Amino acid sequence: MANPTKNNTGFLASLKDSPSTDEFIKGLWRENPVFVQVLGMCPTLAVSNTAMNALAMGLATTFVLLMSNLLVSSLRNFIPKQVRIASYILIIATFVTMTDYMIQAISVDLHKSLGAFISLIVVNCLILGRAEAFASKNTLGRSFLDGLGMGIGFTFALFCLGAVRELLGNGTLFGWAFFPDTFQEWIVMILPAGGFFTLAIWLLIFNAAKERRATS
Amino acid sequence: MTEANQIQKTAAGNSLKMLQAMVGIGIFCALMIVLTFQGTLPIIKKKKAEALEKAIFKVLPGIEKTEAYQLGQDDNFTPLAGEGKEGQVAYAGYDQNGKLVGVAVEASGQGYADIIRVLYGYDPEKQAVVGFYVLESKETPGLGDKIEKDPNFQANFEALDVSLADGQSTLKNTVITVKNGAKQNPWEIDGITGATISSRAIGNIMGVSTAYWVPLIYKNQAAFIENNEQ
Repeated sequence: MANPTKNNTGFLASLKDSPSTDEFIKGLWRENPVFVQVLGMCPTLAVSNTAMNALAMGLATTFVLLMSNLLVSSLRNFIPKQVRIASYILIIATFVTMTDYMIQAISVDLHKSLGAFISLIVVNCLILGRAEAFASKNTLGRSFLDGLGMGIGFTFALFCLGAVRELLGNGTLFGWAFFPDTFQEWIVMILPAGGFFTLAIWLLIFNAAKERRATS
Repeated sequence: MTEANQIQKTAAGNSLKMLQAMVGIGIFCALMIVLTFQGTLPIIKKKKAEALEKAIFKVLPGIEKTEAYQLGQDDNFTPLAGEGKEGQVAYAGYDQNGKLVGVAVEASGQGYADIIRVLYGYDPEKQAVVGFYVLESKETPGLGDKIEKDPNFQANFEALDVSLADGQSTLKNTVITVKNGAKQNPWEIDGITGATISSRAIGNIMGVSTAYWVPLIYKNQAAFIENNEQ
C-alpha cells in the first residue's frame, strides 16, 4: 500500500519541477505554432503586412489563447465530454469579442487596419487546438505557461513575417523610413502573394536549421 | 427493467450535466461580454469622435473650432447639441476670429473592395473643395490605398472647383475622375495609374455628394455664421 503512494508523490514531484519551464519554452521554438506546427495560417498570411499589424494581431491572439486556456483548464472537470467543443468555442468567442472592443478602445486606427481579422481569431485552430489538446487535460499553472509560450511564439513568428514584408514592401519598419528615397519598394511583398513568399522562406530557414540539428 | 431504468437515469443525469455546463458557461460569457461592452463604450465613442474631429481639422485648413449642424427636413441647418450625431450632419469650421472657414461633410460609396467613407471640406467663399480625408477604406494595400496616401492624388483636393451654376441649385460642372495626367479643368480629379477603380470611385462619391451638399450649404451659409456669433 505504501509503494504506490510513494510512486504517486514521486510522479507529482516530477510533474512539478521538470515541465514548468518546458511548457513555456516549447511554444517559442521547438513547437512554434507557425513555423513548426503550421497552425493559424489565415491571420499569419493576411495581417502580417506591417510589423505593427503583426505585433498587434499576435498580442490579441496571445490574450485570447491565455484566457481561454485558463478558463478551459479550470472548468475541465465541469464540462462533459460531449459538449466540450461547443463550450470551448463559446469561451473563445467571448474572449475574442472582448478583445475586439478593447482594441477599439485602445486605437481606432489599429482596429481599422486589423479589420475583420480580429473576429476571425475565433476560428484560429491554434487556440481550439491548445484548449482541446492541452488545457482540457492539464492543471491551471501548466495551461497558463503553455498558452503564454504558444502565444509569444505566434507573436514572434508573425513579427518575423511582418518585419520582412514591411521592410521590403514599404521601405519602413514600424513606420520609420529605413532606406534612402531612391529605394524602390517591392509592392508585391505587402500584397497577399508576399505573405506566401515570406512564409516559405522562413519555413525553409526553420527546416534547414532543424535538419542540421538532427544530423549533427 | 431495472437495467433499462438505470440507463435512462444516467442519460437524464448526463443531459442535465451537459445543460448545466452549457448554460453556466453561456451566462458567464454573456456577463463578460456585457461588462466589456459597457466598460469600453464611452472610451470608443470618445475615440471615434476624436478621430472625426481630427479629420475635420485636416480637411479645413486653418480652423480653430468646429461645430456640428444637422440638416433638417426643410433643408435648414440647425446646431446640433449633445452626443447624438445621427442623420445628415455637416461640420462647420471657424478660424480664431470666429469667421467661417468652411464646412466638412461626410460621403461614402462603393470602392473596389468595400464601401469607402471620406470626409471633405468645402469653402463657400472659394466655391471649392479645400481638403479631403479617407475615414474608412479597405482598398488593396499598395495600389488602391493610394487614394489615402499618394500626395499627388491628395493635391487634387487642395482646390477642387465646385462652383454653382447660375440657378444656384446645381453645380456648374460635376466632379469627375480623369486618366492620370489628363487633368485640364479645376473640377477634374487626376486618377491614379494602377488604382483606376478606386480613384474613379472617389470621383463618383465626390461627384454625387458635392452635387447634393454644395448647393444646400451655399444657400444656408448664413445659418453657420449666425449661430456662431450668438
